[in-house]
Amino acid sequence: MRLPLLALLARGPAHGYELKQDLEQLLGSAYPQPNVGQIYVTLGRLEKSGLIEGEDVEQSSRPNKKVYHLTEAGREALSVWFEETEDEPRVRDEFFMKLAVASQTGLADRIALINRQRRQYLNTMRNLSKLAAAENRDNRIAQLLIEGAMLHLQADLDWLERCQEELE
Amino acid sequence: MSEDTPVLRAEGLVKTHHGEGAPAHAVRGVDLSVARGEFVAITGPSGAGKSTLLHLLGGLQRPDAGSVWLAGRCTDSFGEARWAVERRKAIGIVFQFFNLVSNLSVADNVELPALLAGVPPKKARAEREALLAELGLEGKERSMPGELSGGEQQRVALARALVNHPPLLLADEPAGSLDSKGTREVMRLLSRFHGRGQSIVLVTHDARLASAADRVISFFDGRIADDAALDGAPPPRRGGISSVLELRD
Repeated sequence: MRLPLLALLARGPAHGYELKQDLEQLLGSAYPQPNVGQIYVTLGRLEKSGLIEGEDVEQSSRPNKKVYHLTEAGREALSVWFEETEDEPRVRDEFFMKLAVASQTGLADRIALINRQRRQYLNTMRNLSKLAAAENRDNRIAQLLIEGAMLHLQADLDWLERCQEELE
Repeated sequence: MSEDTPVLRAEGLVKTHHGEGAPAHAVRGVDLSVARGEFVAITGPSGAGKSTLLHLLGGLQRPDAGSVWLAGRCTDSFGEARWAVERRKAIGIVFQFFNLVSNLSVADNVELPALLAGVPPKKARAEREALLAELGLEGKERSMPGELSGGEQQRVALARALVNHPPLLLADEPAGSLDSKGTREVMRLLSRFHGRGQSIVLVTHDARLASAADRVISFFDGRIADDAALDGAPPPRRGGISSVLELRD
């Protein structure tokens, strides 16, 4: 959560609760949201490492709130983050291992393994479809997140199909 | 038909294609039953025989062995003409490449099967108007199919397939020539019609589309390899569905 919070602060100063709301709005209800406590803890750490600075702002009827802004070091960290490319998602290694060793054990049938795994993927796919339908259609970022998860799952299902073709 | 008579039933279906080279065993003994209101997807790699199976179910091809029942009626004795009548009244079909009549307008494409089935022109027109509106195609009535996008053409094909309110809809790779957006559109529409009680058998290699169904049949090498009800039960993992969506920290 560190860098997304920095990125939100690159637009201008904000306090913790604002940042939580901004994240929710940006990523949609489908994305597992950090609770406000996690956000305050993360902001505290970012401040300690000098990437952001907080300023107490007095409020008339409530306790002071802390408004954070990005420091030059924070801006630099953010630039480095954007410069880097990310690792590819890993192949489902645990299932692959089961498939690789199953026939030697006499304990499991490879086709049964594939069928069971497919059922789970299909159910997950169905749940993702439901999420997509429930999510605001105009929130393109949230819709793309769900679509990305579906396309990954589609690739996993295609691969299961290849396994079944080869091993049956 | 009584409530629990399957809308479609098949037993012992076999179909072998004899072309050049070795005979291709497309369908090798398939038993299948589709309950009324059920949405069944048949998935599998290309060449597994799933399209042939759908053609057998819709009478577009005849099995070498086995039988098909439509709402309890055995089709063994059906000739070409009788199947054509069934496909107008009892079965709607959509195909990958839409198969619209290219020199008829959108409106005529949709009304034609209604008129052929003996629906009075006024009623056929009303049905067409309602369906096109429902499918978001108002204003396209006078367009020719070639002027429409793939997604729009498939929606016209869907309207044509449903204009006579057939108890059963067969769909053969309906999103096979559509982009991701068109695929989602088809998925949304199939789900909507299913929600109103339409029985659907869908052949697709697209798992996203298949996951809209109540039941997914995995078809390999001419046979049913698995037949799974999708209950949408959360997978046995901590955090449920959300962990599939979690971005790397």
